[in-house]
Amino acid sequence: MSDNGTPTTPVKTTGLHVGEPAPGVKKVDPIIVADGVKRTFGGLTAVDVAHVEIPRGAITALIGPNGAGKTTFFNLLTGFDKPDEGKWEFDGRSLAHVPAYRVARMGLIRTFQLTKALGLLTVLDNMKLGAKQQTGENLFRSVLPFLWRKQEEEIEEKAKEILTRFKLDAKQEDYAASLSGGQRKLLEMARALMSDPTLVMLDEPMAGVNPALTQSLLDHILDLKSQGMTVLFVEHDMHMVRHIADWVIVMAEGKIVAEGDPHEVMSDPAVIDAYLGAHHDADLGDSDDEHVHAMKELIDDEQ
Amino acid sequence: MIDWIQIFSNAAQELISPTTAAYALAALGLAIHFGYTGLLNFGQAGFMALGAYGFAISTLTFGFPVWASVLVGIGASVVFALILGIPTLRLRADYLAIVTIAAAEILRLIFTTNTFDDVTGSASGLQGYKGGIAALNPIPPGTYGFGPFTYNAYDWWIRILGWTVVILAALFTWSIMRSPWGRVIKGIREDEDAVRALGKNVYSYKMQSLILGGVFGTLAGMIFILPRAVVPANYQTSLTFFIYAILLLGGAATILGPIVGSMIFWVLLSFFSGFMARAVEAGWFPFMTQVQAGQLRFILVGIAIMLLVVFRPQGIFGNKKELSFVR
Ligand SMILES: Nc1ncnc2c1ncn2[C@@H]1O[C@H](COP(=O)(O)OP(=O)(O)O)[C@@H](O)[C@H]1O
Ligand SMILES: [Mg+2]
Repeated sequence: MSDNGTPTTPVKTTGLHVGEPAPGVKKVDPIIVADGVKRTFGGLTAVDVAHVEIPRGAITALIGPNGAGKTTFFNLLTGFDKPDEGKWEFDGRSLAHVPAYRVARMGLIRTFQLTKALGLLTVLDNMKLGAKQQTGENLFRSVLPFLWRKQEEEIEEKAKEILTRFKLDAKQEDYAASLSGGQRKLLEMARALMSDPTLVMLDEPMAGVNPALTQSLLDHILDLKSQGMTVLFVEHDMHMVRHIADWVIVMAEGKIVAEGDPHEVMSDPAVIDAYLGAHHDADLGDSDDEHVHAMKELIDDEQ
Repeated sequence: MIDWIQIFSNAAQELISPTTAAYALAALGLAIHFGYTGLLNFGQAGFMALGAYGFAISTLTFGFPVWASVLVGIGASVVFALILGIPTLRLRADYLAIVTIAAAEILRLIFTTNTFDDVTGSASGLQGYKGGIAALNPIPPGTYGFGPFTYNAYDWWIRILGWTVVILAALFTWSIMRSPWGRVIKGIREDEDAVRALGKNVYSYKMQSLILGGVFGTLAGMIFILPRAVVPANYQTSLTFFIYAILLLGGAATILGPIVGSMIFWVLLSFFSGFMARAVEAGWFPFMTQVQAGQLRFILVGIAIMLLVVFRPQGIFGNKKELSFVR
C-alpha cells in the first residue's frame, strides 16, 4: 500500500482489449457491457452509447468535455436514471429496470460529482451506513440490540480501520458537515469501501480537492485496484488520467468517440476534436462555473 | 380582582392532562416523520381523526371491545399511510406535503358531511364510546390527589393510560433511533440518494417511517377523545400546525422535545386564556370583548413560540451544534 504520501509509479494493467482500439472495442474480460443505451432530455440527447465494455480489474477513465453525458451515463448504469432504450449488464447480470439500491447490493458502488456526505451524521456513522446486510437495519430487529450488537462492533472496527487508512480517524466523532470539501470526497470513497464492492464508480473524485490531498486520493484509487476492485472514474485532469488509468474512454455529445491506452488515446484526432469543438461553443460558461466551484472548495480546504 | 391562584392552578393541570399527552404523542410521530426522516407530513390531524373515529365507530356501530377498536384505528391509519405514501414517496419531498394536507382535509369533510350521519354523527360528532375504557379502570371510585391535581377515578385512569402510551412510544422511538435502522433513517433525511447508493431500500424505509409516525398520531387521536367527545371540527389543518409548533418548540429530532414541548404549549395556552378572560372581566382591556380575548391567546402563544424559535431555533432539547450546519 502506498499511503505514506510518496508518489509511486503505478503498475499499469495491459492487454485489456481484443483487436484494434476503437469505440466499443471488445474486452478480454468485461465487467460491464452496455448496448444501445440512449437517454434524451426533451430534444437533447444526453447519452447515446452504441456499445461499450468496461474491463475488469483495471482502472478505466471516462473523459470528455463538460456536458458530454458522463454523469448521465453513470446515473443510467447505476439505476439512478432510466434510459429511453438500451440494455446493459454487470457481471453477466442484466441491470435494466434494477433499482439503484439493488445495483449497489450487487457490488456496484458509486460516488457523486457533488459530494454527498451525510452532514448531520458523524463521520463514523457515515461509514457504518455503508456496511451491507445489517441485521439491525430491520425495524423489528432494531429494538432488540442483542441481535445486532456483535455485528455492529465488527462494522465499527472495520470502519475505524478504513478511516485510519484515509487519515480521517481523528475526525470520526465529528459531523461530516464539518469536513472540508476534499475530506468529504475522501469520506465518500471510504464509505463506498465499507460494502466490499467489486466495481467502484467515481464521478470526478478530484474536482475541487486541495492539491495537497490529490496525491493521497490517487493512491487510494490505485489501492482499490491492488485490492482486486475494478474502478471506473470521471476526470478532467489529463495528467491524473495518464498517471493512473489503464484504459481511457472518451465521450463527446453523448457518444463514445474514442477508446484506448491513456498515452495513445490523447493523440486520437477524435479526442482533440471533441475538446476543441467543445471549447469553441457555448460550453465555456459551464466550465467557468466549475472553476468557481473548485475555488470555493479550495478555500474550504485551506481553513 | 384577578384570581391568580385559579389561573396558575388551571395552567398547572395542563401539565398532565390527557390532551397534553395526546399532542405529545402526535408530535412524537411528527418527530419520526420530519425530525428524523425528513418527511413533510402535513396531515397529522388526519391520522388523529382516524384514531378518534376508528375507535368510536368500532365501539358504537359495531360493538367491538376496546382492543379491537384500537386495532381498527391502527389498521385504518396504516392503510391511510400506504395510500399517501405509495404514490408520493418516490417523488420529491414537497409532494407528500401537498397530498397529506389535502387527504387530511378530505377525511375531515367525509366525517363532517351529512351523508354518513348514521355512522359519523356528521357535524355534531360522536359520544358514548367511553364505557369500555371506563370498565377497564382498576382504580376504585372516589376522588384522589392534591391541590390542582385532584381528579375522580376516571380522570386519573385516562391520565395514567395516556401518559403510559406516551412513555412507551418514547422509549420505543429512542431505541429504534439509536439502532442501525435509525441510522438509515437519519441518512435519508440528509441525502436519500447517497443512502440509495449504499444499497438501502429508501422507499421502504420512508414508508415504514410514515406508517410508524402515523400510528403514533392515531393513538394520540384515541387519547385525545377520552376526556371529550369526537367532533370533526377538532381535526382541522390548524391542529397539524399546532403539533408542528410543539415539535419545533421542543426540538425536531429529539425524543423529549415533543413531550416537554406539548407541556409548555398547553400550560402557556391555558395561562394566557385564563389571564385574558379574567382580565377582560375585570375591565383591564375595555376595548375588548370576551370572544376577542379568546382569540388573542393564540396570538400570544404564537408570539411566545416565535421568541423561542428566534432565540433558541434548535428547540429546547435540540443540539446547537447540529443547527450551525443547517444549509
Ligand atoms: N436532469 C436533466 N435534465 C435536463 N438536462 C440534463 C439533465 N441532466 C443532464 N442534462 C444535460 O445532459 C447533458 C449531459 O450532462 P452530464 O451527464 O451532466 O455531462 P457531464 O457529466 O459529462 O459533464 C448536458 O447537456 C446536460 O445539460
Ligand atoms: Mg458530470
